Amino acid sequence: MNINLTLIGQSIAFIVFVWFCMKYIWPPIMSALEQRKKNIADGLAAAERGKKERELGEQRAMELIKDAKSKAAEIIASAEKRGTEIVEEAKNDAKVEGERIITAAHTEIDQEAHRAREALRGELAALVTAGAAQILGREIDPTVHSQMLDELAAQL
Amino acid sequence: MAGDKLTTTEYIKHHLQNLTFGRHADGSWGLAHTPQEAKEMGFWAIHLDTMFWSVILGVLFLWLFGKAAKSATSDTPSGMVNFVEWIVEFIDDNVRGSFTGKNDLVAPLALTLFVWILLQNTMDLVPVDWIPQIAHLLGIQYMKVVPTTDPNATFGMSFGVFYLMIHYSFKIKKPLGFARELTMQPFQAKNPLLQLLFMPVNLFLEGIGLLAKPVSLSLRLFGNLFAGEMIFILIALLFSGGLIFGLLGGVLQWAWAVFHILIVLLQAFIFMTLTVVYLEMAHQEH
Repeated sequence: MNINLTLIGQSIAFIVFVWFCMKYIWPPIMSALEQRKKNIADGLAAAERGKKERELGEQRAMELIKDAKSKAAEIIASAEKRGTEIVEEAKNDAKVEGERIITAAHTEIDQEAHRAREALRGELAALVTAGAAQILGREIDPTVHSQMLDELAAQL
Repeated sequence: MAGDKLTTTEYIKHHLQNLTFGRHADGSWGLAHTPQEAKEMGFWAIHLDTMFWSVILGVLFLWLFGKAAKSATSDTPSGMVNFVEWIVEFIDDNVRGSFTGKNDLVAPLALTLFVWILLQNTMDLVPVDWIPQIAHLLGIQYMKVVPTTDPNATFGMSFGVFYLMIHYSFKIKKPLGFARELTMQPFQAKNPLLQLLFMPVNLFLEGIGLLAKPVSLSLRLFGNLFAGEMIFILIALLFSGGLIFGLLGGVLQWAWAVFHILIVLLQAFIFMTLTVVYLEMAHQEH
């Protein structure tokens, strides 16, 4: 435990080690650490930015969806309107057509009845003529009396 | 190992003797073969074992950290680099916490002190007879493997720190400011004559305070490690006392080593922290 030259030797070793550490070890490690710190900070900032952008995107998407929904509702409403219109039109058309058919049928029936009446008239005239001839006991000449018979038939 | 031919006292003395190279009493240079010879060499002698182990460990520290510094990038660190960065950040945090001035020397100084002292202290955990026994087989008579149990090593470091304290006191406070700090407190008086009377008293008190810093710094480290080493040596004595004592010695050595890890770390940390604090005081202007 003697104090001797070792003291000076140790001091020199100590100074050399500190100098070496200060020159070649501390600066590169610290600069690497600082650089990494900066990188991490930048990364975090970028992540924050990304998050904000995503939120904005989500907002935009929500707006788009809302727009699309309202548009779809509009389209559905107009389609429904158009549908009822078409139905109404079809109803009207059908009514008109039905009326037309009914009218035509009426006309036909009238014509048919008229025809039948004419035929009946004709036949009746023949019958009346025949009946009158028998009653009168003589023959009525249709040709002579046709005018009278026609008048009779018209009165029926 | 412990008492083949040696008595207990001789065994302990042998373990506490450095391998000393110096000038013999008869004028020739060489190794001291007895503690008596070493003592007679006086100041002009050098402890080869202390120098060897401390320099080897210092170089180991610089090599490990230098390798890590070379491969340190801002990318993901790996293995050793990560470990080194962890220590560096630990030191950096500590220095930032207690040192407010701007000085690029303090942090590397703290790192060097911490790791170097830690490595030197760690040599204490190597069983006390291993390396001396190997040295003995190589023909080396004395071998003390823990440099911090040699006051030369601890004073060498604390004198370096003391020099820096004085240097920065002069540089930051200017000679006048430093002189004022040493003479104008703790006793102060409004009366100039009275103050003049106080000055030598103040200088005496402050001077003791200033000198106590490096002395306490080195003696604290030396004392703790020397005591720890001493207990290891005493425990090692049990190994020569038969099976029961041998087993007891084994258990004790293990237990003390576990506890000693704390001291090893703590003393390195205290030395570093106090150095930073002292330098902070040297940087402080009143």
